Amino acid sequence: MASYETHEYDVLIIGAGGAGLRAAIEAAVGDLKVGLVCKSLLGKAHTVMAEGGVAAALANVDERDSWRVHFADTMRGGQYLSNARMAELHAQESPDRVRELEAWGALFDRTQEGGILQRNFGGHQYPRLAHVGDRTGLEMIRALQDHGIHQGIEVHMENTVISLLKTGDRVSGAFGYEREKGRFKVFAAKAVVLATGGVGKAYKVTSNSWEYTGDGHSLAYHAGAELIDMEFVQFHPTGMVWPPSVRGILVTEGVRGEGGILTNSEGTRFMFDDIPELYVNQTADNPEEGWQYTQGDREARRPPELLTRDHVARCIVREVQEGRGSPHGGVFLDIAWIKEKIPNAADYIRRKLPSMYHQFKQLANIDITQEPMEVGPTTHYIMGGIRVDADSQMTAVPGLFAAGECAAGLHGANRLGGNSLSDLLVFGKRAGEYAAQFAMENQAVPIDEAEIDTIAAHTLKPFENPPTDGNGNNMGPYDIQAQLQEKMENLVGIARTQESLTQALDEIQNLREKAENVHAIGNREYNAGWHTALDLDCLITVSEAIALAALERRASIGAHSRDDYPEKEEPGAGKYNTIINKSDDGAMTVRRESIDELRANLQEIIDEIG
Amino acid sequence: MAKATFRIWRGNADNAQFVDYETEVSEGMVVLDAVHRIQAEQANDMAVRWNCKAGKCGSCSAEINGQPKLMCMTRLDTVPLDEPVTIEPMRAFPLIKDLVADVSWNFKVKEQMRPFAPRPPDAEDGTWRMEQEDIDHVQEFRKCIECFLCQDVCHVLRDHSLHDEFIGPRYLVYAASLEMHPIDTENRLEELKNSDGIGYCNITKCCTKVCPEHITITDNAIIPLKERVVDEFYDPIKKLFRVFSR
Ligand SMILES: Cc1cc2nc3c(=O)[nH]c(=O)nc-3n(C[C@H](O)[C@H](O)[C@H](O)COP(=O)(O)OP(=O)(O)OC[C@H]3O[C@@H](n4cnc5c(N)ncnc54)[C@H](O)[C@@H]3O)c2cc1C
Ligand code: SF4
Ligand code: SF4
Ligand code: FES
Repeated sequence: MASYETHEYDVLIIGAGGAGLRAAIEAAVGDLKVGLVCKSLLGKAHTVMAEGGVAAALANVDERDSWRVHFADTMRGGQYLSNARMAELHAQESPDRVRELEAWGALFDRTQEGGILQRNFGGHQYPRLAHVGDRTGLEMIRALQDHGIHQGIEVHMENTVISLLKTGDRVSGAFGYEREKGRFKVFAAKAVVLATGGVGKAYKVTSNSWEYTGDGHSLAYHAGAELIDMEFVQFHPTGMVWPPSVRGILVTEGVRGEGGILTNSEGTRFMFDDIPELYVNQTADNPEEGWQYTQGDREARRPPELLTRDHVARCIVREVQEGRGSPHGGVFLDIAWIKEKIPNAADYIRRKLPSMYHQFKQLANIDITQEPMEVGPTTHYIMGGIRVDADSQMTAVPGLFAAGECAAGLHGANRLGGNSLSDLLVFGKRAGEYAAQFAMENQAVPIDEAEIDTIAAHTLKPFENPPTDGNGNNMGPYDIQAQLQEKMENLVGIARTQESLTQALDEIQNLREKAENVHAIGNREYNAGWHTALDLDCLITVSEAIALAALERRASIGAHSRDDYPEKEEPGAGKYNTIINKSDDGAMTVRRESIDELRANLQEIIDEIG
Repeated sequence: MAKATFRIWRGNADNAQFVDYETEVSEGMVVLDAVHRIQAEQANDMAVRWNCKAGKCGSCSAEINGQPKLMCMTRLDTVPLDEPVTIEPMRAFPLIKDLVADVSWNFKVKEQMRPFAPRPPDAEDGTWRMEQEDIDHVQEFRKCIECFLCQDVCHVLRDHSLHDEFIGPRYLVYAASLEMHPIDTENRLEELKNSDGIGYCNITKCCTKVCPEHITITDNAIIPLKERVVDEFYDPIKKLFRVFSR
């Protein structure tokens, strides 16, 4: 019999980033007992790293903005594969969700009139991102955290959930361990909200931290929920490329929003050379117009550097492949050039982009007010994720909800910058609200103790596995993780083919077998190797889902590029989502589901705005 | 590739000591990279906190050659590599294991502080009007990434262990961010003087020196708060004035 502590809640929230905190605050509005679990300390989740801003049609800077334009922008950015109901709710509700943060102490940068200032970002028609310099995520998570700690929520920091518990069809709780001593905990709950974030650690070059191992995706999948559009992984165009140890760290799109330009080794602004159909009318056709746009000229169109991320990333890869890259295999991102345009440019840059200034100065010895940065694509975000009901955020498993990056639907084939932070707030709140409602309407279900013993035994297995396999290969967790990252980077990265994906699926199978025999040294106390070993299962599950969905979509659309299928749509296939689930025999399967026509009033918006 | 030796604190509260690890170092590496390399290659079970690797989350605080710093922002070319580089957990807090200290006290302190309470909204949509110049200084305080390095160096906590009587520089910055917030309505001066123990701070400025966010903790947060406390409790004329102006 495994020994463990039991905690009972009405609503259990797994994850304490923006989505989890917002959900917890909402669920705690009544007198329900709410528990919140997270892998790191409170306030350290990925949300803290977000830089550029949170998108909401407040129309503080340009009164032409409205939820309708935001809706249309989101749908266009997602190549019309988004769940339209989610895009609608998101556009309508994000302004209130942002304003509410001010009531909890957040201090966004201000307009001349004293309202919340908004900035330009890729794919957004008007200046729409509420921000605080380039540390918006910090402001957001701190406002939620500082408000949340007074709402009677019980927080379990540095605790990792490794399995959901089910009783019959319903979710009945979760099983996990605390890092400090490695002791097990059972969280019994009437409703569970997953808010675990993304999957970036499946790749070698990423802006994501160790936490992003796809846990929520994998927990939901194993519990019987569906995953949707997993092939859409966002490669952000501008990650640091040098020095090697910081490769992948994000350089905010805000740099381009403030006037930064991309050039190749020949000094050409190559983004002007390739402007996609869908965006020709909205994009500047000369540098001066682009500059004017970044300076708030309302008649000017946006510079091509602010096209959607998938497109910019592909253009950068093309420049590098064709031999016009920078010395360390990226391209140049130049904000220093604005000194030709404005007085005190260096001060301006330091004020608008303080953490970028700091980051380059300290990590790369580069003064961005004087010289260009070198940048290249980095794995950043996953549009795909747990399939949820648009209004309630409930998955196919009764009582199981999901919100934030681990849930899917809003972003379709490509996410616009700033639309994640707003996603967290809008759907975090909804998930909290509906999970609370579910908990009020349903009785607790008993937990199956035999199931817990099985999971507990599995959790301890890495300590019993031998350090090497029969052939003398190292079975340590870091080696296996590195092999997976290498394969995903090379075979399931920006450019994919039938061959690369089939090979990837084979490799993933091999690695799954290896992971079953992964070896951990030491004991259960705060043992990073053991934790990494336990994360492998999730990483491998999401890697398989990404590769399988990518194989299924025989087209190049949004963030998903197939060299063997360069067209946007497969002839005759129409618009569809890819759906992944676990079949009865335990194998992962993928199918397509065609996308319903839009509701008439939403279609009208698209017809009108484009 | 060059090699360097890292002398890392290993063990738990019952038993811990320095252990030397030699590993390869290359251009541009930071201390956290070296720790990760050692963890992956030689000491899988080593405990270390980190998240962003870019100085944004405040997880990777440690004492490097005795200096409180973020490991992810300390480049190896800024420390001498011809002798072992010592890496220890923050010493003002109890040890959990290896480089991980028990910082839970900090979270409890914050919970006990009086939360933000705004005045009624200025506009019908539930928002407030604030000038940028009126929030500049509060935004400075809100840059805090809660790395707790300032708590680690403050002698009141580190040497005198007055954790029960003094909230430390981090939370004085937090108090300042609330007290100076243009729309907050609370008054926290009483507890600042009493339970928060602001009087223990003797303005050594050690906290300001280590803050990775370059927050001028002492000059901009602590001294103005001390002045307010003095005005409130020790200046009879101001106090009288306040009574009449209420
Ligand atoms: C560098 C960077 C910059 C970005 N900039 C922007 C931006 O400017 N605008 C924007 O809109 N978006 C931006 N994004 C994207 C956005 O920040 C993320 O998508 C978003 O913060 C995700 O929030 P979340 O609440 O879903 O998850 P997170 O904030 O990542 O939180 C996940 C939580 O789940 C917990 N967790 C995970 N697994 C488990 C488990 N097994 N058990 C227990 N807990 C678990 C984690 O500990 C963590 O608390 C950026 C992302 C990065 C990396
Ligand atoms: S200035 Fe005050 S708070 Fe800061 S280290 Fe010195 S005594 Fe501590
Ligand atoms: S004030 Fe500075 S040193 Fe102190 S916790 Fe905040 S960021 Fe760290
Ligand atoms: S890892 Fe985030 S501050 Fe160092």
